[in-house]
Amino acid sequence: MFRILEKKVLNSQVTSLTISAPLIANKVQAGQFVIVRVHDKGERIPLTVADFDREKGIVTIIFQAIGFTTKKLSLLNEGDCICDCVGPLGMPTELGAPKKAIVIGGGVGCAIAYPQAKTLHNMGVKTTVVAGFKSKDIVILEDEFKAVSDSLHITTDDGSYGQKGFVTEVLKDLLSKDSYDLVIAIGPVPMMKAVAEVTRPLNVRTIVSLNPVMIDGTGMCGGCRVTVGGEVKFACVDGPDFDAHLVDFDELMLRNTYYRQEEAHACRMEGKING
Amino acid sequence: MADMSPLKVKMPELDPQIRNKNFCEVALGYTSEMAVAEANRCLQCKNPLCVSGCPVNVQIPDFIKLITEGNFEGAYLKIKETNSLPAICGRVCPQERQCEGKCVRAIKGESVAIGRLERFVADYYRENCNTNTSKITPNGRKVAVVGSGPAGLTCASDLAKLGYDVTIFEAFHTSGGVLVYGIPEFRLPKAIVAEEIKGLEDLGVKIQNNVVVGKTITVDEIIDMGYEAVFIGSGAGLPMFMGIDGEASLGVYSANEFLTRINLMKAYLEDYDTPIKTPNSVAVVGGGNVAMDAARCAKRLGAEHVYIVYRRGEEEMPARKEEIHHAKEEGIEFVLLANPKRILANDKGEVSELECIKMELGEPDASGRRRPVEVENSEFLLRVDSVIMALGTSPNPLISKTTQGIETNRRGCLVVDENMQTTKSGVYAGGDAVTGAATIILAMGAGKIAAKSIDEFLKAKN
Repeated sequence: MFRILEKKVLNSQVTSLTISAPLIANKVQAGQFVIVRVHDKGERIPLTVADFDREKGIVTIIFQAIGFTTKKLSLLNEGDCICDCVGPLGMPTELGAPKKAIVIGGGVGCAIAYPQAKTLHNMGVKTTVVAGFKSKDIVILEDEFKAVSDSLHITTDDGSYGQKGFVTEVLKDLLSKDSYDLVIAIGPVPMMKAVAEVTRPLNVRTIVSLNPVMIDGTGMCGGCRVTVGGEVKFACVDGPDFDAHLVDFDELMLRNTYYRQEEAHACRMEGKING
Repeated sequence: MADMSPLKVKMPELDPQIRNKNFCEVALGYTSEMAVAEANRCLQCKNPLCVSGCPVNVQIPDFIKLITEGNFEGAYLKIKETNSLPAICGRVCPQERQCEGKCVRAIKGESVAIGRLERFVADYYRENCNTNTSKITPNGRKVAVVGSGPAGLTCASDLAKLGYDVTIFEAFHTSGGVLVYGIPEFRLPKAIVAEEIKGLEDLGVKIQNNVVVGKTITVDEIIDMGYEAVFIGSGAGLPMFMGIDGEASLGVYSANEFLTRINLMKAYLEDYDTPIKTPNSVAVVGGGNVAMDAARCAKRLGAEHVYIVYRRGEEEMPARKEEIHHAKEEGIEFVLLANPKRILANDKGEVSELECIKMELGEPDASGRRRPVEVENSEFLLRVDSVIMALGTSPNPLISKTTQGIETNRRGCLVVDENMQTTKSGVYAGGDAVTGAATIILAMGAGKIAAKSIDEFLKAKN
């Protein structure tokens, strides 16, 4: 059992849980994920580690209560236990040795972008963060990003906070004024695809973190297969980070919709969560 | 005088048209009377060939003799001397290619039903006998086992009986490896696996779940933690796909994914959270036990048509004869001498058809089986909404990549000598991690040899 030591409600949909998991905390690096199972009849879902403290033996996961299991997870409180938590899985992000980097987060993807920004900042890389949200009320991690970036740009789709518009507009602007040698983009698939299209003609190295359907997380089921550079890759063992210019985003979007009907079945969900 | 009836005593089974709608165990097992009658068919050969066909050397005529005497408990303990998982082997071993394949009774008629008898005594013992095992004297020496599948369980059991302090590291939340994620409930009830694992824990074996060796901890770190030897039984690995057009379509699964959703995650039960689609028409590609399991699961989920698409003929199928027979009884449709060419999808990206081409058998290939070759212009379409690829696996590199001084062969399997020792001192391996996808009993045989080697290695070390 994995005890929840701290719970923070970041906005109406996004929750942060800090869990005691010493073995995972001892090993995890930015870009890696864990698989959690909330209870003994639960499903296994992958969640990227947002933060960790090796000495305290803790890891933090941040997630949006969007599906069946994430909703159940969001109802847990400090002191409660998660049935299973296994990891760290996947490959750590290969950051290389960039001089100037842009880290882009979209919505809850900011939770995964944060450890990347933190790692780059700690490496002494000049780091610019672009964090995009739908509106002001769901802005998360602003202070955290400030602490690990040289400059922070927040955008909202409706202009209720920061700059109005999409993250790609800020990105284009940044790239037109200065040169960067690394872009990391983590968020909804359409956003990552749009970022890839902005950086492709400029030939700026761009990394995305993918979130396909997954069961075991160790390469056994093949549910997470994605096409990268024309080759089939398993996101759980080869990724979850890939070269944005090689990923088949359309295929990923399609595959991610497969269980949406089951997820959205209201009576199943409400009945079981409340029952 | 042995009973010279040419046929095995039939084992009762659930009616095919009832069982193909539920996940209850298909074969119901012998009664005491049936078991004694079948045991009486054994000729008690002086030089028993059956024993030589058993990868773990079960003393077959001896245990069968005890059955004829009505000593079922004794028969079980006789098997248990060399086989740590009789209830499982009796159900899933390919006996026709092992012990029963060597039985002299099979020359004229059917072999003795060794598998059914093994199952009978194991079930009898579990239901009727006290499971208290003899006292073990701990020797205080720590050995680690990676993976709780058949290889790991066997190795752990043998080492624990010798007094070693054994810890199993298991990646999944439930122990049992392929016995729980791969083999369906109707062929091997999970309660039986759980019982065997409990027996192991009673021997003092500790199991740490949710530990992925190669990720959470490495083999080298396990050694640094004071474990004097490590056995790697991490199993098969990454599922293979065909590389044909349309494989990314919605409704294409590896058999591993499909079976894991059903067997480990219990997606077919209302109160479990893991989702699964109910297919209407399914093509399972492959001819092994895994293909049969996937097909029969799909049928039980409610699919109207389930096809097995296999590029060779039925004779060449690697699956157990009984599984092929059961699959046919349950209404699985066999499309033999056919190979998929591409998967077609509708405008939503969902599988709509599988295009296949007819095959014919040519000259024997390196494996001795006749090589299938395409028949020109013989393409045809199967209307399906799901395609399940049961083509085998390639080794998982998680451990080999993270362990200093451990070698793999060209296919990525761990290299071991005849004692199951890897190229790294104190580290042993067996099962699918070494052989690539094979059988449960072969994995158990390897676990057994490794346990003996580890014991010798550690005794020599002192």
